[in-house]
Amino acid sequence: MANLNDLGIAAIRDGFRKGDFSAREVADSFISAVEKARALNAFTVETPDHAIAAAEQADRDRSQGDFKPLSGVPLGIKDLFATKGVQTASASKILEGFKPEYDSTVSGKLFAAGAGMLGKLNMDEFAMGSSNETSAFGNVLSPWRRNDGGNAALTPGGSSGGSASAVSARLCPGATGTDTGGSIRQPAAFTGITGVKPTYGRCSRWGIVAFASSLDQAGPMARDVRDCAIMLEVMSGYDPKDSTSLKLDVPQWEAGLSSDIRGKRIGIPREYRIDGVPAEIDAVWEQGIQWMKDAGAEIVEISLPHTKYALPTYYIIAPAEASSNLARYDGVRYGNRVAPENGSLDDMYKATRAAGFGAEVRRRIMIGTYVLSAGFYDAYFNQAQKVRALIARDFQDAFKQVDLILTPTAPSAAFGLGETTDPLGMYLNDVFAVPASLAGLPAMSVPAGLDAQGLPLGLQIIGKPLDEQGVMNAGLALEERAGFTARPEAWW
Amino acid sequence: MSVDTATVRHIAKLARIAVTDHEVEALVPELNNILGWIEQLGEVDVTGVEPMTAVIPNQLRMRPDEITDGNVRDAVLKNAPVAEHGFFAVPKVIE
Repeated sequence: MANLNDLGIAAIRDGFRKGDFSAREVADSFISAVEKARALNAFTVETPDHAIAAAEQADRDRSQGDFKPLSGVPLGIKDLFATKGVQTASASKILEGFKPEYDSTVSGKLFAAGAGMLGKLNMDEFAMGSSNETSAFGNVLSPWRRNDGGNAALTPGGSSGGSASAVSARLCPGATGTDTGGSIRQPAAFTGITGVKPTYGRCSRWGIVAFASSLDQAGPMARDVRDCAIMLEVMSGYDPKDSTSLKLDVPQWEAGLSSDIRGKRIGIPREYRIDGVPAEIDAVWEQGIQWMKDAGAEIVEISLPHTKYALPTYYIIAPAEASSNLARYDGVRYGNRVAPENGSLDDMYKATRAAGFGAEVRRRIMIGTYVLSAGFYDAYFNQAQKVRALIARDFQDAFKQVDLILTPTAPSAAFGLGETTDPLGMYLNDVFAVPASLAGLPAMSVPAGLDAQGLPLGLQIIGKPLDEQGVMNAGLALEERAGFTARPEAWW
Repeated sequence: MSVDTATVRHIAKLARIAVTDHEVEALVPELNNILGWIEQLGEVDVTGVEPMTAVIPNQLRMRPDEITDGNVRDAVLKNAPVAEHGFFAVPKVIE
């Protein structure tokens, strides 16, 4: 029998239904891969019992002819999703040991669809980071290495770094991610996997530890477009517990997959050609344009004039919302408490938060507090919300001319851990990802090739609101032409 | 606009994060670097532009005013660092 770890979600689902293997065999195979790969530090908690229980249930159901959409499929769950009875720390010291009494809507839907959980996936603390170096549980290592013979430890990207590393290293066939300003797409690009950020409101945010509520969206990270479509179908849907959840039926994205994109108009935004980006990024973009033409699409140059303001806008809005959302970590209701002897309630808050939050989280809370404070609210926060409206309008105008937009996912391949120490330099990682986040648009990253150092590069497709199908169909057209089969050689 | 040590202390107080003198010194240039960069938004002409409130047009829904949840005190208190007599417990606030 082929190595079960090499199978993706669709192959596991279909093979299990046909009776090629049992769900228990699949679970055992991935559990053992997870145990062997601890050097990657992709998981903060391993939950083999959960995966086994779901697998045994799936095997029992199969004997009755009962199949659920994800029967037999074990998944990894980003540590941002509340999981009942399993530590949900958001990779922060302040929540270490927190075991929710409930499942997030999204993880609950996946489990109800038959999926098991292999464990909780490491990430940047509260999803604030682009390299997984802000986790209180240590850096995640990318399974990829440069082809220079060196063993430099590379970032899997962030914030969904554990998800990216685990899927890429074949520790799980798919994983949940969340994307606030690129946190699904950039790590997917860095590790040669596929990731989808759906339209804002498609996936319920209930039970997902909040970072920036107007931007946060859950999405799938998996090996290919079909596997993402399968997961996204289960993860999406109206939830009365999330006031921004969209009350819409979930399309049958998997059944609707088609790489026939003849006649589609693909926009190439000229503002995404920025100085200082390696030539290889431009080259992979050019290659993507050729693949789109080859698929019968029409290429249209477009302008998104406010692109250069997207990052600074994001770095006002996201910290502002974070400073508000993270006010709940006060050492009273959950999480850890530090109470100085004979100290006041206020002393307890301050000591708890100083000890519990890492440097990047503290920095962003401070920035957010400042831009929302009296006297600065208009100049910073309100101005940013206005510029955000202009960025969204740019996309609306562009989508009058084109169906989809093609760009690189990230401005570089994966970098070495510790190589980027300046916060601003780190923020630039999301330069191509953030505009679509600010506009709430569906977007995905598809692996496109390797750079000269043998590291994966991704292409991003951005679509109109609610057009996940169009995005994934174009992704499939790219996937078929890229024929990306490279995988990291196991060293862990 | 730039921040000095007094402002950083004030922000830290508003954010309820204890900071040491050393941390304040380090935060001043860090925050100024970031604030200097986001300041470029000031150059965008936003005349007549309404601040964005919803990224995807969506009506905030009303629901019937009914009790749909509750009677889960122990579950609510389960993760509290300190709970006493069925309540969250904090350091004394009234003498």
